[in-house]
This record gives sequence, C-alpha cells and structure tokens, in this order.
Amino acid sequence: MDLDFTPAEEAFRAEARAWLRAHVPPVPLPSLETGEGFAAHRTWEAELAADRWSVVNWPARYGGRDAGLIRWLVFEEEYYAAGAPGRVGQNGVSLLAPTLFDHGTQEQRARVLPSMATGEVVWAQAWSEPEAGSDLASLRSRAVRADGGWRLSGQKTWSSRAAFADRAFGLFRSDPAPARPHQGLTYLMFDLRAPGVTVRPIGRLDGKPAFAELFLDDVFVPDEDVIGEAGQGWRVAMSTAGDERGLTLRSPGRFLAAADRLHGLWRDRGCPAWARDRVADALSGARAYQLFAYAAASRFLDGESIGPESSLNKVFWSEYDIALHETALDLLGEEGESADSAWAEAYVFALAGPVYAGTNEIQRDIIAERLLGLPKGRR
Amino acid sequence: MRFLLDTEQRAFAASLDAMLTAADTPRAVRDWSRGEHARGRALWARIAEAGVFALAVPEAYEGLGPRPVELAVAFVELGRHAVPGPLVETVVAATLLLDPGPAKRFLPALASGESTATVAHEGSYAVDGDAATLRLALAADGLRLAPGHGPVRPSLDPARRLTRLLPGGELLAPDPPVDRALLWARLATAAQALGVGLALLERTVAYVGQRVQFGVPIGSFQAVKHRLADAKTALEFARPLVLGAAVTMAPADVAAAKVSACEASYATARTALQLHGAIGYTAEYDLSLWLTKARALRTAWGTPDECRAEILAARA
Repeated sequence: MDLDFTPAEEAFRAEARAWLRAHVPPVPLPSLETGEGFAAHRTWEAELAADRWSVVNWPARYGGRDAGLIRWLVFEEEYYAAGAPGRVGQNGVSLLAPTLFDHGTQEQRARVLPSMATGEVVWAQAWSEPEAGSDLASLRSRAVRADGGWRLSGQKTWSSRAAFADRAFGLFRSDPAPARPHQGLTYLMFDLRAPGVTVRPIGRLDGKPAFAELFLDDVFVPDEDVIGEAGQGWRVAMSTAGDERGLTLRSPGRFLAAADRLHGLWRDRGCPAWARDRVADALSGARAYQLFAYAAASRFLDGESIGPESSLNKVFWSEYDIALHETALDLLGEEGESADSAWAEAYVFALAGPVYAGTNEIQRDIIAERLLGLPKGRR
Repeated sequence: MRFLLDTEQRAFAASLDAMLTAADTPRAVRDWSRGEHARGRALWARIAEAGVFALAVPEAYEGLGPRPVELAVAFVELGRHAVPGPLVETVVAATLLLDPGPAKRFLPALASGESTATVAHEGSYAVDGDAATLRLALAADGLRLAPGHGPVRPSLDPARRLTRLLPGGELLAPDPPVDRALLWARLATAAQALGVGLALLERTVAYVGQRVQFGVPIGSFQAVKHRLADAKTALEFARPLVLGAAVTMAPADVAAAKVSACEASYATARTALQLHGAIGYTAEYDLSLWLTKARALRTAWGTPDECRAEILAARA
C-alpha cells in the first residue's frame, strides 16, 4: 500500500513535463469541433507522435513507449496540468485500439495503429442508430456477404467526430434472423469517404458539428476490415465498451487539472462563500477519482480484470464533470453565458457525459445487478 | 506505486470481521445505550487483543504503531459492525500523549485495551465520559486529566453517550500535538463512517432482495436499484480517499476523506431508511444502530464545513 512512484516513473514524469513545457501551444487551439480546429488538433497529434507522446502505453512498434498503465496515468496528469489540447484521436485511441489489441489480427494492427497514433487517420465510432441506443443489440444496419468482403447499408447516428473524421468502426447485422438479438452481429471498420457513404454533420447544443449521422448505401468493405470473427461482433464490441466506461476514456489527469483551474477561477473571483463547498468538493472529487484509478491500475497489474466496476467509474466522472463545470459557469456569472469560452465549451461537452458510453441509467442497472446482486426486473 | 491493500492487511480485516460477526454487536450496543458496559467492555478487550488500539501507539510504549493504514482498515470493520464505545477517542488520546512521562504512564494500557479514553475540548461534549477510564480535556493551558464528568445526556446515536468533563485536574502536557491528533481522529472517524455506510448498503441490498410487493422483490424495481447504485458509487469513491489519506496523512487528504466518507455514509443511511420503509424507522430493528451513527459521525471531529475549509486552505 503506497503512493510512491519509482525513480524510473518519476524520471518519466519529468521527461513528459519538460517536453510538454517546450511544446504545448501558448495559445489554445480553436475548438476541435470545428473544421479549422480539427485540422489544428491533427497537426498537434502529429507533433506529439513525432516524439512518441501520442500513445505512450502502446508498444513501441506502433508508435508508443510500452509505458504501461501507471505511466499512462502519470503522463495524463502532466498532459492536462500543462493545459495541452484535447485529443482529437480519442475515439480511435481509447476504443478501437484496445479492441484491435485484443481481437484484431497482426495485419490489422500493423495497418491501422501507426496512422492512428500520428493523427493521420482519425476514427469515429459508429455504434448508435436512430432506434438502437441503450438497446444497442436492436440495431438494423446490415452487412451482406459480397465477393471478398461485405456490403453495408443502413443508418448510424450520434457518431462523435464523424463530421471531420476519416474512418469509422461499428456493429452491423450480418445474420438477419438470429436466435437472439446479440447474435449475428459483425464488427467492421469502414472508410467515411467510400462510395455510398453520406455524412451529415449534426450540430450539438452549441451548434458545433461535434457528431454526425451516417447514411450507408451498399458500401463495400473488404474482409480484412472485419474485427474478430463475423457474427461475433457483440462480444468484440463489449470489450470496447468496458474500456470506454473505464479508465481510458476519461483519465484522472483531466479532472485534476479541471478542478485546479476551477479553484483558480474561484480565487480570482474573490473566493465567494456560496461556491466554497462546491469548489472543495470538486477538489476532493478529483482526488477520489485519481486514487480510484490508482487502485484499479494496481489491481489490473496484479492480473485482475476491471469488469462491471467500470460502471461506477462512468457514473462518477460524468456527474462530477457536470457539477464542476456548472460551478465554473456560475462563478463566471454573465460571462458564463458567452458560448465561445473554454469553460462553456467544456460545460457543453460535459452535459453529454451521462448520455453517451451507455446511459447512466444503464450503468446504474449494471451496478445494481452485477455489483450488488439485485434481481433483474422490468426496466 | 501499489495502491492496494496487501494480503496481510486484507487478512487483518477479514479476521476482525469474523470476530465481530460472531460477537453479537447489536446486543452490546443496546446494553451500552442503557449504560450497561460489561458486554461492550468484553468486546473491547477482544478488539484490543487483535491489536487495533496498539496501531496508534508507538512501539516504544508497547504499541505497534504508528500504522494509520492498518488503523483505517480496522476502523472500517468497527464501523461495519457498529461497535459501541469511545473508539476514535481512545486513538486520539494515544496520539495526544507524546511526552515521555505521560506516554509511559498511559500508553501501554491504551494499547492493550486495559484502559479506554475519551477526549474533548473543555466545555464540549465528551463521548462516553461515564464509560472511559481516562478522561482527557483539551483546556486553554494544555492537556488535562479531567477529575470527572457531568450528567450523561443521550446522543442521537444511542451508542454514544454525551457528557461534559469537569474542569481542572492534573496538567499532563502544556502543549499537546493537537493538529496531529486531529488528523488521526478524522482518519479513524472517516474509516468508521465508511464501514457504517457499507453495512447500511449491505443490509439494505439484502432487505430489498427479500421484501416482496406487487408480487416481486422490491429490489427488482429500477427506482430502488438506482438509489442503491448511487450509494454504492459514493461509498466506492470514498474508500480510496480514506486509504489514500492513511498513506499520506496530509491534512487536506484526511479532511477530504472525512467529508466524503461521512457524506457517502449519511446519504446511504437516508437511502437505507427509505428502502426499508417503516420497519427501518423503528428502534427495535437493528438497522437503526447504523442509521443514527451515520448522522453522529458526520459532525464528529470536524463538521463538513471545517473539513472543506481544510481542503481549500491547503491550496491557499
């Protein structure tokens, strides 16, 4: 039971800090939910990748540093403390990459991961459909066998970053009449610029095209872009969902930095008494999240899997994120209404937290049934 | 960095849990609340024998300490089993008596469980002043051995009996380490509160799995599940704060652990009462022993407000 980092881990922290100090853009990049900002963030990813800081926990042969989970946590703390830009490649890095490490072929890893690490190819998640959100297995988009691959048809929606991304990954029904809805699904990667794909950007609350809907009309995908076995898509996808709710989607570093900035904002505003408890709770919440992650990482290194506990994580950070940003906007008062501030942008982003990656209602069901052992029932 | 209890620490918790499960603590609590201390003292002796109080006492005075992580682990179990008596106060006494003279005189008996202590600021309530063998008062001129206590008043938690210590008495230390003692008090209280919350959750999960309404267990209703999921989430994020505070013993970490564990425990108490319905509102049902303790611990050794002030002060 200790919180001490090894000299090698401390050296890694110092190296990351020095690099970030020398490279983080002095002026924040434009929002990555705009075309201009997306391009700027892509350039930043390339700069990170050039010195192998874009995916530190990946194997070196794909552009990483073999850094492991603890050093990844350390890097993330330094990254966000340095005020470095948001990560435009996050969907690919935190969702697709772990899936490829677990279920992909050597060829797929060699082909997909290096260009993901440099930001040359940015990936969008294409899971949700107009009638398949929380009940994801009810999806209807089809994959039909074709010569040397599959032909995709249907509609995907709420696809984050798809307005500007290059490629996407998602689940498709390859067996139109399975015995159970979770069967007969296939996990595929496809090109957002392939013939037959139409991308319609959707403005989020603040109007920025943060996601899109995708219309697929007989889009050809070669066999090499099937992840895992055809028909086994649900199992493959669920391992990704665990990652999404777990540590890697929202690193503690992000919230430690945000709580620190909130505290700074509160002090700059003269430490108003009405916000005192909320600021203190934001600070201890970030610390709790950090320590929870350290404990999870320690268990993981002992060979334990994280499993349904990732649902605790997801409920915690999504609610925390909103509370923190609400406090910031309240502190800003009139200025908080101005939609082009970094706080407002982060607030709007936080509002989606309880909705995506499996709604918090679904997460609470998982906590109740799988962690507390309560009986299943009608929803 | 390995932020995880080791095998020995987990075994320590498991052995305390087994011992306390076998001990019928609810009965000891009910006796205690009537001022009958025999059963509680017997329980106390077994807890001391397991080494719990020795964890705050340095080895030089026949203790095993200072070992805050093990102490936190132990206090989670004491909270889970609603053990009565001035548990935190005895730890606080051990951390206050640092000068060699008083340390030699009092600490070995505190470590062995032979004596129990209560501590309070002069004029404040001391917990279990009638039961404690050592009554320490934090007076303006230092730490005093109080000559006695005033009338016993009931607490919202029947297991905590409130008294005021009489002024005067022998001066034991003119400048006791109050800040250090407060850290141990808050850590132990936070761990105890976490244990109280975990017990409330566990008992409520069991209850809603058995209680049938509309032909099904009420635990199958989403409204019930979601309240319990929220309680679980709050407790599981308080847990690393408590253990992390025990590792660092930094004032802001300890304060964060105190406020978070106590709030999570108190919120769980509210949920537990609601989901038990009227049976939870009765004194005869054991749940009440944890419900009232969650409330009492919330303000013991640092109100939420004082703890939040400490968190912010660390960043000034």
